[in-house]
Amino acid sequence: MRLQDSSMTAETTQAKLTVKNLNFFYGNFHALKNINLNIREGKVTAFIGPSGCGKSTLLRTFNRMYELYPKLRAEGEILMNGNNILDKGVDLNMLRAKVGMVFQKPTPFPMSIYDNIAFGVKLYESLSKSEMDDRVEWALSKAALWNEAKDKLRQSGLGLSGGQQQRLCIARAIAVKPEVLLLDEPTSALDPISTAHIEELVHELKRDYTIAIVTHNMQQAARVSDYTAYMYLGELVEVGETDTIFTTPTKKATEDYITGKFG
Amino acid sequence: MNSQEKRMRQQVLQDRIFRGTTRFFAFFVLALLAGILISLLIGAWPAIQQFGLGFIVGTEWNPVTGQFGGWNSIRGTLLSSFIALLIGVPVSFGIAIFLTELSPVWLRRPLGIAIELLAGVPSIIYGMWGLFVFAPWFADNVQPWLTEHTAGVPILGGLFDGPPMGIGMLTAGLILSVMVIPYVSSVMRDVFEVVPAMLKESAYGLGGTTWEVVWRVVLPYTRSGVMGGVMLGLGRALGETMAITFVIGNAQQPIHSLFDPSTSISATLANEFTEATTALHTGSLIYLGLLLFFITFVVLTLSKLMLLRMQRAEGN
Repeated sequence: MRLQDSSMTAETTQAKLTVKNLNFFYGNFHALKNINLNIREGKVTAFIGPSGCGKSTLLRTFNRMYELYPKLRAEGEILMNGNNILDKGVDLNMLRAKVGMVFQKPTPFPMSIYDNIAFGVKLYESLSKSEMDDRVEWALSKAALWNEAKDKLRQSGLGLSGGQQQRLCIARAIAVKPEVLLLDEPTSALDPISTAHIEELVHELKRDYTIAIVTHNMQQAARVSDYTAYMYLGELVEVGETDTIFTTPTKKATEDYITGKFG
Repeated sequence: MNSQEKRMRQQVLQDRIFRGTTRFFAFFVLALLAGILISLLIGAWPAIQQFGLGFIVGTEWNPVTGQFGGWNSIRGTLLSSFIALLIGVPVSFGIAIFLTELSPVWLRRPLGIAIELLAGVPSIIYGMWGLFVFAPWFADNVQPWLTEHTAGVPILGGLFDGPPMGIGMLTAGLILSVMVIPYVSSVMRDVFEVVPAMLKESAYGLGGTTWEVVWRVVLPYTRSGVMGGVMLGLGRALGETMAITFVIGNAQQPIHSLFDPSTSISATLANEFTEATTALHTGSLIYLGLLLFFITFVVLTLSKLMLLRMQRAEGN
């Protein structure tokens, strides 16, 4: 019954990102094969699969991070608000301001906590000192870091613990008010308690943002996501509501991976 | 049992000898440094006795009357090194950014090697090239233009005034800047390359342009390495002798503009050491050498202190 219900809402939720016939190449290596998928607005979509299956690669096409490196190319379409973000004419800096990203390891910039947050904001908005103060507080509160950090905003972001650093990175990504948040194994370098913090945070954030998360941890995917996509060797094997994928997957391969028979 | 004990004792002995040897090497450097300092002090003693610290600010350098003051040389060393860094550091920064962030991959290696080769050019080649090729061209084409376009401008006008002779303080600084660029830029490139890709991606991921990422994230992250590169360049500029001797003009006189010929500590030493006959003249030259030693030491110490303070301000 419940499943029925949520599938009804799924149809009414809009797709924030629509991936159509996406192929990706590292030089001659065909890393993503004909991916078709919707990332729904205001939902959390998790990508699972064994190492090297292309889930991080897929995530990195959403903000075209791969463009930093030579010989990588994507073919196909990724529609965001009706525009193909793979088009040549797309302003990469604007795209990346709209599609924030958090990485496997915390990457605080070598500057104060305050400046870490202000860095991205300053690139696009000229705020007064007090507006910036408000923005920093807002972002840190959103990332559940304000209480721990409010007394040391002027201290280096490198002085925080690993879990706090990762929340700082999330705050930094949120501060520029993106539409989509990409989380690339955000808890892989964190202890269980920090991981729980981040997972709670993902729950909170999906009210305002569309979230795509890559994870190696299947329990994590089950806990935080509304939709799950299982990938294998560059192909999208199955995608659907998380409950369905984890209880009654339609493909044998998905079931084998989820039940731990392989991977 | 017995043989095992014996072997262990042997190994303990080996370890002790090894530790002693390495310690000897390490302390030998200290002894060497102290030895150089002491012999410089002894050599310079006649001049130190005669002129005291007033030698540093004295502008008269006259072997005939036996009057020696080091200011002309000291000023030349400091000023030419300053010009070299003023031009060399930004250019090196640009080279390093291009090589690590912007250059197509196939161009990186050849360009990097070419820049390293520049460091291998003997300094006398720079000196000859500076004197025979660069200086005449500079005098004909650049200096008149500079004079004309800065005339009347408050400070710049004074700096670029006077007869365009080609050789002089500015030329020396320019040649020096070419000489420090390979050192500074290859160190900068090396430290930029070790910045974690994920850190740069984070900054690009927020929508930063290459310039914003390099200036606000890469440079702060690599600060101590960059500073090390600049210090290496400064060390080379302060001590450089041959190229400077060719192009600085070797004139013990006050300068009014950067076009005036001047001299530096190492140029004075190179020019006069074989001609110095009196103990006072030799002593004064060694005194200059001692001061160069001192300047280099102070510069290195200050840069280390500055780094420490920056690190402390960062809180790590």
